[in-house]
Amino acid sequence: MKIAVCAKQIPDPATPYSLDPETHFVVRPNDQVLDDTDRYGVEMALQLAEANDAEVVLVSMGPAGNLQGVRQALAMGADKAIVVDDEGLRGSGALVTAKVLAAAIQQEGGVDLVITGTESTDGYTGVVPQQIAALLGLPALSFARKVELDGTTLKVERISATGYDDVECPLPAVVAVTSGAVEPRYPTFKGIMAAKSKPVEQPTAADLGIAADAIGEAGSGQEITSVEDAPSRTAGTKIVDEGEAFQAIVELLEKAKVI
Amino acid sequence: MDFAPSAEHEAFRKVVREFAEAEVAPHAEEWDRTHRFPLDTVRAMGEMGLFGLPFPEEYGGMGADLLTLCIAIEELARVDSSIAITLEAAVGLGANPIFRFGTEEQKRAWLPDLTAGKALAAFGLTEPDAGSDAGGTRTRAVLDGDEWVLNGTKAFITNSGTEITSLVTVTARTGPDEISTIVVPAGTPGLVIEPAYRKMGWRASDTHEVRLEDCRVPAANLLGERGKGFRQFLEILDEGRIAIAALAVGLTQGCLDECTAYANDRRAFGAPIGSYQGIAFKCADIAVAADAARLLTYRAAWLRDRGERATREAAEAKLFASEAAVTAAREATQVFGGYGFVDETPVSRFYRDAKVLEIGEGTSEIQRIVIARTLGLPV
Ligand SMILES: Cc1cc2nc3c(=O)[nH]c(=O)nc-3n(C[C@H](O)[C@H](O)[C@H](O)COP(=O)(O)OP(=O)(O)OC[C@H]3O[C@@H](n4cnc5c(N)ncnc54)[C@H](O)[C@@H]3O)c2cc1C
Ligand SMILES: Cc1cc2nc3c(=O)[nH]c(=O)nc-3n(C[C@H](O)[C@H](O)[C@H](O)COP(=O)(O)OP(=O)(O)OC[C@H]3O[C@@H](n4cnc5c(N)ncnc54)[C@H](O)[C@@H]3O)c2cc1C
Repeated sequence: MKIAVCAKQIPDPATPYSLDPETHFVVRPNDQVLDDTDRYGVEMALQLAEANDAEVVLVSMGPAGNLQGVRQALAMGADKAIVVDDEGLRGSGALVTAKVLAAAIQQEGGVDLVITGTESTDGYTGVVPQQIAALLGLPALSFARKVELDGTTLKVERISATGYDDVECPLPAVVAVTSGAVEPRYPTFKGIMAAKSKPVEQPTAADLGIAADAIGEAGSGQEITSVEDAPSRTAGTKIVDEGEAFQAIVELLEKAKVI
Repeated sequence: MDFAPSAEHEAFRKVVREFAEAEVAPHAEEWDRTHRFPLDTVRAMGEMGLFGLPFPEEYGGMGADLLTLCIAIEELARVDSSIAITLEAAVGLGANPIFRFGTEEQKRAWLPDLTAGKALAAFGLTEPDAGSDAGGTRTRAVLDGDEWVLNGTKAFITNSGTEITSLVTVTARTGPDEISTIVVPAGTPGLVIEPAYRKMGWRASDTHEVRLEDCRVPAANLLGERGKGFRQFLEILDEGRIAIAALAVGLTQGCLDECTAYANDRRAFGAPIGSYQGIAFKCADIAVAADAARLLTYRAAWLRDRGERATREAAEAKLFASEAAVTAAREATQVFGGYGFVDETPVSRFYRDAKVLEIGEGTSEIQRIVIARTLGLPV
């Protein structure tokens, strides 16, 4: 059995971002970290792999840098990684990202289960998992807070507005797990040392059979024309409670159409 | 010259720092206030393999070097010295003697649980009347048939009374001029663990007086050669001192990080206090102290990892780093003003925790004696 986990390397959210003044893209430092939300996907994959004797393959798109974020996931226990890095991918939107990830999964072959996060920390469009599923022609199970494998049946608890739904489908499938679904392990020193020699493939888009005009800003049909600072927040309204504050709050909430 | 940590060492540092910030720092104040030994956290550290770091994989270890252990201790001590000393004592004083001097059978029996952090071992050298002068040990062990019968008292024994303590290794006189090391399993009748000390610092670390009252253990529990107990102790001392130095480096770094943030944030006379040289220079001095202590510590660890002796380098690192930590904690408390004197502020805990670094595993005076002797002085 083979499980693919989509995992994104992002600039460390603890350090300030900067934008390239020409392209308006985020400047990607050499040191990147594994997106926190993807730790849950990696942990879920490792737990399922331990119970079902499976191989775990990481799939990632983006500037590879020194691969520190990918090595983090390998140190947790994943077996190998595929990192698609290609100058031409700069400016790719969510759909192009999904196409590239789907192509990498397809080329890897024999994947029974694709695990993703629900929403990345930096892009947070939250659409890549469903797009990958559609491109691969697989069922997409989203918002999973619990995932079980029963033979070739995937069973998940899908978080709903009021609680959760029990959903199941046959493999192969794509499942997007929520943050907090499992408790990601801390890598051990042995894991860190082992990660050093685990295979990391770095194909280009062309290696995956994707045409140059189908990727990047052009392929995404999008262009960043300008970037402006968000307007600074204006001072709030102070409500002093003299026993009637709740009324003022209700009025404000009604005006904001929250209630 | 190169004793820089590798990329893997740095990746590991990140993991331990994250663990320390997420699982230790938020609770350290409470553990300190309630003198609570945090068993769940110790278990989690066991799962991360921290207790097995410098031991080979065949005994459940991680096969790492001393520098790696130093990095782990340093990162834990950056937020909490108690949890750091729990690890340091468990590895350096508890498991290391078994690994270094045990027979294959003893190693197989004790090490797997110790390296996994499922059990803790303690080492009882100090006695109420013999600390720095460890050769003055009074505890006696007499062979009676195929059993040792132990009588005596050990003082200040770290990790001796936790729920998961599996053994206390003690030094004892086995003849007129003979000190040997004997493993006493927890729960052995006659092994009496006194109530925990009330301490100024390291309050979440477990420390007890231990009494041996006609305590009988199998003759096979002799660790290493009979009569070699004292020499064996001296052999593992260097590594213990380097690990304590790492703890002091972590505490100093913790002081620096706390102070720098506070000096940028706290305002007085219309400007951040860090804009006044009186405060900014304190931070600069702590930064230099942390770096100098770290370099001495890493050099000593690096020498050991190359298989070289490092008695003087270990003593230098331990002496300098522990005294630097005490100074750093005092100055950090000053940077925090009144807030540095109340329990909610980490630096006030750091101040109380720092002092013992100049006492445990050889006092500052003993380190100076060791260093002076390597200079050929008849001290
Ligand atoms: C050269 C280059 C530059 C890039 N620059 C940026 C940039 O500046 N900002 C930016 O946000 N993105 C950048 N990307 C990445 C890519 O454009 C985004 O990942 C994409 O837009 C997906 O959107 P999202 O993050 O909102 O995904 P979401 O749909 O929110 O993510 C859901 C889940 O899908 C998976 N996933 C999403 N993206 C990836 C990925 N790239 N690799 C592996 N798994 C993934 C993860 O499991 C994630 O948890 C760049 C890519 C390249 C090649
Ligand atoms: C919290 C804590 C945990 C500990 N854990 C352990 C443990 O797990 N196992 C263990 O065996 N021990 C442990 N110890 C004991 C510690 O190692 C001793 O306290 C230390 O070695 C000093 O011994 P002492 O307290 O008997 O002081 P003494 O030896 O009585 O020293 C008193 C003072 O005299 C000075 N002095 C002594 N001899 C000389 C000399 N020749 N020249 C100049 N000055 C001298 C000392 O430096 C010190 O300042 C622990 C102690 C503490 C406080």
